[in-house]
Amino acid sequence: MPKTLLQIDWLTILIISILIGFGWVNIYSTTFVSEEEIIFDLSRIYGKQLFWIILGIVISIVILALESKFFERFASVIYIFAILSLIGLFIFGKTIAGQTAWYSFGAFSIQPAEFVKTAVALALAKYISEMDNDLSKFTSQLKAFAIIGLPLALIMLQPDAGSAVIYLSFVIPLYREGLPHFYITYGLLAVAIFILTLKFGFSIFAPVFVALFIIIYLFNRKKKPKLWRYILVLIFGLGFSYSVNFILNSVLLPHQKERFNVLIGETNDIRGAAFNLYQSEVAIGSGGWTGKGWLKGSQTQGRFVPEQHTDYIFSTVGEEWGFFGTSLVIILFSILILRLYHLAERQKSQFSRVYGYSVLAVIFVHFFVNIAMVIGLFPTVGIPLPFFSYGGSGLWGFLILVLIFLKLDAKRKSLN
Amino acid sequence: MRKLLPIILVSFAAFLFLIRLFYLQVLNESYDEVSNNISVRKVYDYPQRGYIYDRNGKLMVGNQPAYDVMAVPLEVKEFDTLELASLLKLTPKRLKIQLEKAWRYSPRLASLITPQLTKKEYAYLQERMHKYEGFYIQKRSLRDYNADHSANILGYIAEVGPGEISKNSYYQSGDLKGKQGVEEQYEEALRGERGVKHYLRDIHNKNIKPFKEGKFDTLSEKGSDLKLTIDAELQAYGELLMQGKRGGIVALEPATGEILSLITAPSYDPDLLVGRKRSRNFTKLYYDTIQKPLYNRALQAVYAPGSPFKALTGLVALQEGVVGLEESFNCYGGYSYGRGARMGCHNHPSPVEMVTGIAHSCNSYFAQIYRRTIEKYDTPQKGIDVWRKHMASFGLGDYLGYDLKVGRAGLLPDSDYYNKAYNYPTYEWYASATLSNAIGQGEVLTTPIQLANATAAIANKGWFYRPHIVKSIAGSPIEDEKYTTKQVTTIDQKHFEPIIQGMHDVFNYGTATYLRVPGIEVCGKTGTSENYTVVDGERMQLTDHSIFVAFAPKENPKIALAVFVENGYWGSRYAGRISSLMIEKYLKDKIERKDLEKWILSNTLEDEYAKPYSGEDFKINQ
Repeated sequence: MPKTLLQIDWLTILIISILIGFGWVNIYSTTFVSEEEIIFDLSRIYGKQLFWIILGIVISIVILALESKFFERFASVIYIFAILSLIGLFIFGKTIAGQTAWYSFGAFSIQPAEFVKTAVALALAKYISEMDNDLSKFTSQLKAFAIIGLPLALIMLQPDAGSAVIYLSFVIPLYREGLPHFYITYGLLAVAIFILTLKFGFSIFAPVFVALFIIIYLFNRKKKPKLWRYILVLIFGLGFSYSVNFILNSVLLPHQKERFNVLIGETNDIRGAAFNLYQSEVAIGSGGWTGKGWLKGSQTQGRFVPEQHTDYIFSTVGEEWGFFGTSLVIILFSILILRLYHLAERQKSQFSRVYGYSVLAVIFVHFFVNIAMVIGLFPTVGIPLPFFSYGGSGLWGFLILVLIFLKLDAKRKSLN
Repeated sequence: MRKLLPIILVSFAAFLFLIRLFYLQVLNESYDEVSNNISVRKVYDYPQRGYIYDRNGKLMVGNQPAYDVMAVPLEVKEFDTLELASLLKLTPKRLKIQLEKAWRYSPRLASLITPQLTKKEYAYLQERMHKYEGFYIQKRSLRDYNADHSANILGYIAEVGPGEISKNSYYQSGDLKGKQGVEEQYEEALRGERGVKHYLRDIHNKNIKPFKEGKFDTLSEKGSDLKLTIDAELQAYGELLMQGKRGGIVALEPATGEILSLITAPSYDPDLLVGRKRSRNFTKLYYDTIQKPLYNRALQAVYAPGSPFKALTGLVALQEGVVGLEESFNCYGGYSYGRGARMGCHNHPSPVEMVTGIAHSCNSYFAQIYRRTIEKYDTPQKGIDVWRKHMASFGLGDYLGYDLKVGRAGLLPDSDYYNKAYNYPTYEWYASATLSNAIGQGEVLTTPIQLANATAAIANKGWFYRPHIVKSIAGSPIEDEKYTTKQVTTIDQKHFEPIIQGMHDVFNYGTATYLRVPGIEVCGKTGTSENYTVVDGERMQLTDHSIFVAFAPKENPKIALAVFVENGYWGSRYAGRISSLMIEKYLKDKIERKDLEKWILSNTLEDEYAKPYSGEDFKINQ
């Protein structure tokens, strides 16, 4: 243990600590009631968060104290345990706001999905690092997807579409380990088709898409491209574009569809579907360069932004700390992710590397989706900002996720 | 390449976010205002409107509390429409329309839903208001009239309309603003300054704390009290005398130009236009196109001035030196001026000179001296323009500049006017063509206040102050140069003596001997003016208007007035009697000639006014 403390990456710890601390300061602002309050008051949101943080530190120490080989060895067991915890929700879980995502213990609830990410990351790392698995092979890809897909499906059933989006992040470690390019290319293509069709409609998108394809084909003629592949992609592309409306109307739930419409500006009902985003943008927008000051944001203090202490915590930063505050958070997250990336790349063991990649990918997707949502660049998806948003499960989940990797990194010389 | 993906993703995300945040927070400044709209509530404190007193300090207009129901559309939650409508005494449809209007005005700002509940209605509603989110009650003050007269002077207050709100940023939906009369003219003094407190509020619409420690708050300032120049008793008496008649009375204090009375008949009780009954009563008054109670005849009605104008004709002739005081003219029951044209005159001793000419109101005399005035100059054009300049110096032919919003310029014809009328230079025209001006019966048109002002100028022997209705604002006398600068006429002081003597003799042996006021030296002049109306496209002559101008006492005059009574026949019949009583009332403070008063109070002209609308043939001047 003392040795671990010397070898651990203190930069990561420092950034995480700043994020947690700054996050708590903002949670306090969104939930304090009067100025003469005790900080450690468990009946208040900020008091609870302080309790989660202290317990989080204890959990972190426990993680660091564990034998580094433990994680690789027990990856499968942890994964199975995680899957069981998700299945158990359907029997023992508590339903809040239509989602059966929590185990309830009196005043406190635990959301297993927050911990399952770690289990999936471990299982994936373990699977890929096994000798005979090669991600350029279809069967290996299939098995890898199954590891991700099983918990994903269970979470979708809760239903919690927001948390499900997070599982897309595992494509990043898979890609690093040899997943063919076209998963990324076609994945991005599908997203682009979806957004463009939504924005401009099929009748405008289709001809432009066809024309673009012909141009690309003619441009690449000298390389003798396979015509059938182009035609296949074209047909699938057009088919997908054509079915966007169907997806929107039949696959997505009405409130999800509304969220897309809000994003592309189709819906402007600032009292209804667009209320959250509007209030959030107003709060952030009115912050200016330096913000209105801690506890002085009129939108925050008026509690105009719903879910401001959880998913919309970033809007508090925007209003009370201004552009300086928001850029600080953006930069801290960027440094954190790049640092994790640096750590992951220096691993000798493939298990550690895949796991490290998973960690940075999960944090990145949370960071990206959450902030993009809060500033109006992504449809409303209920996922928290790592280390920042209120919530014990989330905080502990991320601490465990990162601390395991820091432990692996500290012992990287003995692991291979 | 595969290793670069995380770096690309992170750089892309950070770059995208920083740009978007820079746009939202730094470049786009509109969010600040939006944020204030959302989270800062303004609570207004409406001050009491200034009181209005008469010249003797008698309270004419005070205030009473009233309660408006307001709504902020964005905050209105679903509610029981039927129940609220019945509470507010509105139809559900009306309530819906009001809410839609409020949305159009602003979703975030409060709009008036129904105005001016009484105290009792308020007490009942107050207990139930909490059920209706987004609605609240705003206290304001309404006018409380201490007088049933002077409606046309005072004006009224009403909610500002959308047009006024967009024109003047001070006003907001539901604000009250002076309309007409003194309320409109002195709106800014009377209304005071609205105070505002800013509160931070939360999403449940609760006030959390003062916004920025009250940095932007202002205190309300009570409206300034006005002291009018009006003598409330005289005003009330004048309105009483005018009952059943149509016309106007303007009484001035010659030394100051202060308006002692400004009466228009018919009028209405100012209390009719207070509170919720206002709009219904206003509509009634507005659409009474026959009596026109909202029309201020004292300021807006233009009449031919008739014989009182002879005094001015005499003054101009004296100033131009075209007639001597002793020079006498024979009157053969009229004056013939070429090719069968003849101006008639009534029966009176002949011959006459200036003083007796006025006393007997001899048409021939004034026609001739008028003709001499015009013909003194090479061309009638020049002559008319000189004449006009003299007349204009008495405040005729243009807006007088008094401190009330409505008025008419009247008409003093000039050479251009006649050139156009006679198609000059194709056709020539001569002094004789304008001869009716001599006796106030030609193209000349005046309003009662103009004639009263000219009378005051005669009483002062050559000068006047512009008539005005406000004496002091918040205790300090008005300082507007408009009303404190002496206006001097173009007539020398010495010429006024014989004219005033003539006007005095009107009572001694002239046309108004039975109107003498015991113990007071009154000067005056009767007048009778022909007039026409058009009913259903048919022009018909009506009974003459009865006109009288007077001032008293002769030395050091305290009151000068002009009285027009529509279709009152000859001057001394109605207008003269009323003038005489007004003077007695003002100078003696009581009426001793009860018979005279009784005659006026018991005689009305309703029958006369009904004639042209009867559809039957009728006779005039009976």
